[in-house]
Amino acid sequence: MKSARQMGLVACQYCTRVWPGGTRVCGHCGHHIASRDPMSLQKVWGLWTVGMMCYIPANIYPMLDTHTLVSDQKNTIVGGALELGQHGSWGIAIVILVASVLIPVGKFIVIAALAFGVTSGSRLKPHTRQVLHEVVEYVGRWSMIDVFVVAILSSLVQLGTIASIQPGRAALFFALSVFFTMLSAQAFDSRLIWDAEVPPPEDLRASDDFGPVSQITPDTTFDFPFSAGAETLTVAGPDDRRADPPFTDPQTRKDSPT
Amino acid sequence: MTSDVTLSDLSQPATRAGASAHASPTRSAADLAALIACPRCDAVFRMVEPANNQRAICNRCHHVLVAPRLRAGKRIIAVQLAILILLVAASAYPFLSISTKGLKHSSSILDAALAFTSDGALAALSFVLAGLIVFIPAARAILSIYVLAPLTLDRGPFRGAAFAFRLSEHLRPWSMAEIFAIGCAVALIKVADLATVSFGPAFWMFSLLVLLVVVQENLACRYSIWKALGA
Repeated sequence: MKSARQMGLVACQYCTRVWPGGTRVCGHCGHHIASRDPMSLQKVWGLWTVGMMCYIPANIYPMLDTHTLVSDQKNTIVGGALELGQHGSWGIAIVILVASVLIPVGKFIVIAALAFGVTSGSRLKPHTRQVLHEVVEYVGRWSMIDVFVVAILSSLVQLGTIASIQPGRAALFFALSVFFTMLSAQAFDSRLIWDAEVPPPEDLRASDDFGPVSQITPDTTFDFPFSAGAETLTVAGPDDRRADPPFTDPQTRKDSPT
Repeated sequence: MTSDVTLSDLSQPATRAGASAHASPTRSAADLAALIACPRCDAVFRMVEPANNQRAICNRCHHVLVAPRLRAGKRIIAVQLAILILLVAASAYPFLSISTKGLKHSSSILDAALAFTSDGALAALSFVLAGLIVFIPAARAILSIYVLAPLTLDRGPFRGAAFAFRLSEHLRPWSMAEIFAIGCAVALIKVADLATVSFGPAFWMFSLLVLLVVVQENLACRYSIWKALGA
């Protein structure tokens, strides 16, 4: 199996098309493409650090400020969850602890491990690391649940002196922490996981970054083995070929694209 | 199969705005168009079109590359329209109301999203939350309909459809309506001992929205849509 980089090609991560090495903009979908983003790991670490810095005040400041006739309480994330547990609703306490402690902390560890794995090698199989990255990308958004709960509670519980809930400062830091870790996970280029398997041959490494096409002298000839080495894609599942395709082919359309 | 790309092919002027010089319809470009690269692991494959309900999976990292569904375009439009209607309706009605000792208060989704406006430092968060819960999901629905409507009617795509689809894909992780719905359930249990809580109509709309988002994610096949958008 060959990667686009080994073949001297650049792949578009949005529409899956491939282009000759050095192409900067995908000709199909118009997205910016690069064989590998050399800044990928720097971005990951930068956003990771900011996310971590926001996560600390998110746990120190109160998340909720509950006023009732008899009491006035400020709860941090963990404190609030433990108190819920003491009231007997351990199910909800666990949901909150998982969403606001286990997932964010797990995300910090996994993203750091993935980035270290690229720079200094990893004992985990590439496929395992790929799955970890997909899980981090999928699960990251769900941490926002606690911010939403605070928003719902503080808009709903406004009963004057009997009971009222105000949002605490931690909500802002927690939301920022979630945003930055989401961006950090997105900045990680999962193709780097697989590059360690087969480093690109020296001659192709050079062609990866040959700059804008117009700068090359006109009589240079490229000799990329374009389709050579590409495995044929295998498809699985029931054959439903008689049914209509999801969309008509662009070539057979009634009128041409605008 | 080996083919040569001469620079005369590569240095032709771009055929359309934003497109690179390589989009020229040469033999090599056709060769490249027959290839597909896994966005996750960069493995390159010769394309074989899967039929509906078949899936093409990357042999190296097992990422699903292509998964066309029967009449996916029409079904996605239907689901996105439903999401849009539910979002608009759910924004107006209260979704939870509490009452205790004769006092009553109910809150709509926009109330919840704008709950932080009381405090200056948190006010910015209010607008971000309103975006995540209501405006980004609504924008994704509108963009999807804009992209897919002409394709399902066998027309060429509207102007800027590629940009609209890319924007919609960028917004995907930031569309959090379904997370908000789960947040409602957690909030409900949290205040249950403080006051009597009841669901408003918007709560049920948002519950339905959770299911629709899952259905929509299942139907969408990026590859098929990009292919239909043409080049």
